[in-house]
Amino acid sequence: MELEKLRHGTELIKRGFAKMQKGGVIMDVTTPEEAKIAEEAGAVAVMALHAVPSDIRKEGGVARMADPQVTADIIASVTIPVMAKARIGHFVEAEILQALGSDMIDESEVLTPADEEFHIDKTQFTVPFVCGARNLGEALRRINEGAAMIRTKGEAGTGDVREAVRHMKQILGEIRTLQGMTKEELIMAARDIEAPIELVMETAQMQRLPVVNFAAGGIATPADAALMMRLGADGVFVGSGIFKAEKPEVMAKAIVEAVNNYNNPEVLAEVSKGIGAGMKGISVDSIPEDQVLQTRGW
Amino acid sequence: MRIGVIAIQGDVSEHVESLERALAERGATAEIVTIKHKGIVPTCDGLVFPGGESTTLGRLILREGIDEEIKQAKEKGVPILGTCAGMILLARAGDSQVEKTHQYLLGLMDIRVNRNSFGRQFESFEIDLDVSVLDSPYNAVFIRAPAILEAGENVKVLASIDDKIVAAEQDNVLALAFHPELTEDMRIHQYFLDKLFC
Repeated sequence: MELEKLRHGTELIKRGFAKMQKGGVIMDVTTPEEAKIAEEAGAVAVMALHAVPSDIRKEGGVARMADPQVTADIIASVTIPVMAKARIGHFVEAEILQALGSDMIDESEVLTPADEEFHIDKTQFTVPFVCGARNLGEALRRINEGAAMIRTKGEAGTGDVREAVRHMKQILGEIRTLQGMTKEELIMAARDIEAPIELVMETAQMQRLPVVNFAAGGIATPADAALMMRLGADGVFVGSGIFKAEKPEVMAKAIVEAVNNYNNPEVLAEVSKGIGAGMKGISVDSIPEDQVLQTRGW
Repeated sequence: MRIGVIAIQGDVSEHVESLERALAERGATAEIVTIKHKGIVPTCDGLVFPGGESTTLGRLILREGIDEEIKQAKEKGVPILGTCAGMILLARAGDSQVEKTHQYLLGLMDIRVNRNSFGRQFESFEIDLDVSVLDSPYNAVFIRAPAILEAGENVKVLASIDDKIVAAEQDNVLALAFHPELTEDMRIHQYFLDKLFC
């Protein structure tokens, strides 16, 4: 093969990778055994972590990139793509994850931010990134930095879907308001939401984000997953919702089936039966302000 | 004329848009439908398997029970296009990685495939590829792409990278390791549509 003819890490390849995940469920896993359960259930990818978000929340302290050994073992155990989380702004953690062979990096608010001002310059990487967002401005700023996929932040590790709902509706609602705006109005809108005008214009014209848009942060049941799909998500991330459920294998399969049949209530009723209890969860409004994760990142 | 895109998971809308664009280019019309469940495949004059995760796609095709319908469509001579994950599903056999996951294969082509043949996402690439049925190179996008390791004598090879076959056809089935639906160049989709509009 004439290696110089191959073009790696292009925008097309990064965004293309994210497109292949559409209609799928990406599951948080902490061991090779969990990764295999996820693959067997029909997950399109797994997110390798040392602890699921609800445990990270409980542990407190500084949450960092997972032990590279954990990530490497998970990569070796499955054939589906493996993603991993780096701290916001921690480009060296991201470089390590890329060197390990992670297929996508999540610059995530679930971990303790390493930089209070700047996110990672994701254009400098060969592997694609996914980033969380609560509104259109945040989503477009991340895309401008090179994110190939956006997910709602929701409120991770809670099993309470309301924040994911809020963020998805917020982003899609803002996109709708751009429809029919004149160029000068779009320029004003871009200034208001602090996003680059080119991306605002592209979004207005396409009437969707220029990259794949997933739901994440609090999805705990098949019905939650289907709800997010109905609201317009391209796919879902499920964090603590699977391996903190009473029967992870059953829950994982049920959520995959729910995403595939999100607009069919009969099937949803069937797949939701007898799957055991979902994760216990905590209501978002019971969380002290300093423990809220979604306000990390800007 | 009705073309069905298997819509269980993957880049379905990109294929639908590409087909629409290719149809418009040739001034033809056809209804494009997405297929999630049983009962639609038998009504289609052409079928497309998108890119996605082959493990997931294979499992769900079985679970939804559309595997037999696809095999019957092949027997009837319905043109079928598979890209990336789609190529894997069309194969008769896979390598150890495919076997390890108990990957379901439709076996519509006499090919043995290798999953992630070019490596992980880090190694995904674009290349100007010579395709035998096109008159100039095609900008082909390979994403964690598979390749054909062995092809039976009834399989016509359309493109290779070194010893890896990346595009091939057998009777009415066309398999590609890359993603023509991610670029604006419609020549591959036109080649497929030629089979429907001949």
